[in-house]
Amino acid sequence: MYAIPSIETEKTQSIIHQVNPHIQIKDLNVYVEDQHILKNINLEIPNNCITSIIGPSGCGKTTLLKTLNRLLDDSTEVKVTGSVLVNGEDIYGPDAEVTHIRKKMGLLSQKPFPLPMSIFDNIAYGPKIHGNRDKKSLQAIVERQLKNVGLWEEVKDRLDSSASKLSIGQQQRLCLARGLAVEPEIILGDESTSALDPISTQVIENLLIQLKQDYTIVLVTHILRQARRVSDYILFLYNGEVVEFGRSEDILLNPQNEITQQYVKGFIS
Amino acid sequence: MSNINRRLRKERIAKILMQASGIIITGSLFFIIGTILYKGLPYLSLDMITKTPQGGFYIGKEGGILNAILGSLYLAGLSTFLATLIGIPICLYLNIYSKKGSRISRFSKLVFDVLFGIPSIVYGAIAFSIMVWLGVRASLIGGVITITLLTIPIVVRTIDELIQTIPTDLNHVTTSLGATRWESAKVLLTYIKPGLFTAILLAFGRAIGDVAGVLLTTGFSDNIPVYLDEPTATLPLAIFFQLSSPIPEVQGRAYASALILTFIILFIVICTQYLASRQKKHKV
Ligand SMILES: Nc1ncnc2c1ncn2[C@@H]1O[C@H](COP(=O)(O)OP(=O)(O)O)[C@@H](O)[C@H]1O
Ligand SMILES: [Mg+2]
Repeated sequence: MYAIPSIETEKTQSIIHQVNPHIQIKDLNVYVEDQHILKNINLEIPNNCITSIIGPSGCGKTTLLKTLNRLLDDSTEVKVTGSVLVNGEDIYGPDAEVTHIRKKMGLLSQKPFPLPMSIFDNIAYGPKIHGNRDKKSLQAIVERQLKNVGLWEEVKDRLDSSASKLSIGQQQRLCLARGLAVEPEIILGDESTSALDPISTQVIENLLIQLKQDYTIVLVTHILRQARRVSDYILFLYNGEVVEFGRSEDILLNPQNEITQQYVKGFIS
Repeated sequence: MSNINRRLRKERIAKILMQASGIIITGSLFFIIGTILYKGLPYLSLDMITKTPQGGFYIGKEGGILNAILGSLYLAGLSTFLATLIGIPICLYLNIYSKKGSRISRFSKLVFDVLFGIPSIVYGAIAFSIMVWLGVRASLIGGVITITLLTIPIVVRTIDELIQTIPTDLNHVTTSLGATRWESAKVLLTYIKPGLFTAILLAFGRAIGDVAGVLLTTGFSDNIPVYLDEPTATLPLAIFFQLSSPIPEVQGRAYASALILTFIILFIVICTQYLASRQKKHKV
């Protein structure tokens, strides 16, 4: 972490802010039933950027994403060593409080999964469990987040109807809004557009690009074109190892590693 | 060409098999209901459902089986209630609190599969020996304990299967919003609510129809039970006793009793279906 001298102007501050790593992964290893899934990952994920994790299926992308909000905790036979620092605090440290860590990260999974409640309650759910009981404030949150994901005009007249009645694309935007409603700092997406049609995919991609002003975003994707469209940084993962990490254009246009070259050219998939 | 013919033939055979089993199932249902209607309806009277056995009931004189109707409803109602109360936390533990696929959860699921398969007479025998040891006589509470033990595995298994049908990991959604396990469990319960009624109904049906479990533990009495430690009549036993009588009048009443039992179950099925459909419309 950098100490920011107080004399600096807001502008330079924000530049320094940009290169600040929001998430630092140090010597991370994940084992599942004696299988070494993630091997010695060392990585710094920058603030307010979209970082895409790409790589062939089975290389450990989902696993890496799940280590970031400790979703692996609930699986047996999984061993995680090393540390993941968010804002400098180790989320695997002895003092780390797991619900607090997860609140900092919004997860957008592969398929939209609305909770079995109304549209309103889906978004209000997070703030409610974190103690917000004020009806007015909940209404404001719901409206703001629905507007945030461009769903407000479409659903404002049927907030009380069941969320499962929305189209898949709408459901995914609702899920994003639901995640945002708990005011996370980080958005994690695991192939979040793979169940969507091209138009909804584009809507979600554009949303994420807008949202990076306020959030750090980590996306798993196996679609190279998507990675090209949205990411600032790309991590190429292969067999559980970080092969290459760098600015998006560097990885896609000028990969240093031979395996990355082959993957980017479409020889491995 | 012959390939497509063969495939079409297989398709036809499969269709015939399915239709045949459909006919067998509905046919036997109608046969059962027809038989008890035919044999029991002439003996069904208001007295049957409003009176307890009077002197000489078992040789064909006046009275009814209100004692057994109420006994069965008390017994099945209490047992199902207790089994649900105990079963739901077990399911939540297995699916949310214990780690997925951990040794303890796999082992408990195996245990419940075994318990599910144990015949009810075994539960009855075990409960009976415990009652003898405690010096408790055959009574409503004895029956409730036995039938509760019998229905817990049913409740656990059906609810567990319900939870397994949830497509993605609902748990991941709620936990990643920062929910505690208990909060996740509550959402899970909302999700399976419509099916929950069916699970409870299934347990109730098993509980009210079980004979072997109550044979040794509940006893029989011509009086309506007031306290838990009184011997209590149940419909299946009432049917059993009346059916073993040589007197045609009494045998006929056995079928009338079977009719009453069937109607109770039918009534509960319909209520449950109605409630479940309403739930679906309003919630999920
Ligand atoms: N719970 C688990 N049990 C066993 N193996 C697992 C488990 N989770 C992941 N794996 C294994 O870890 C590897 C990486 O999986 P994953 O992270 O899902 O890959 P990706 O998302 O890149 O397709 C795969 O080989 C997969 O079989
Ligand atoms: Mg994956």
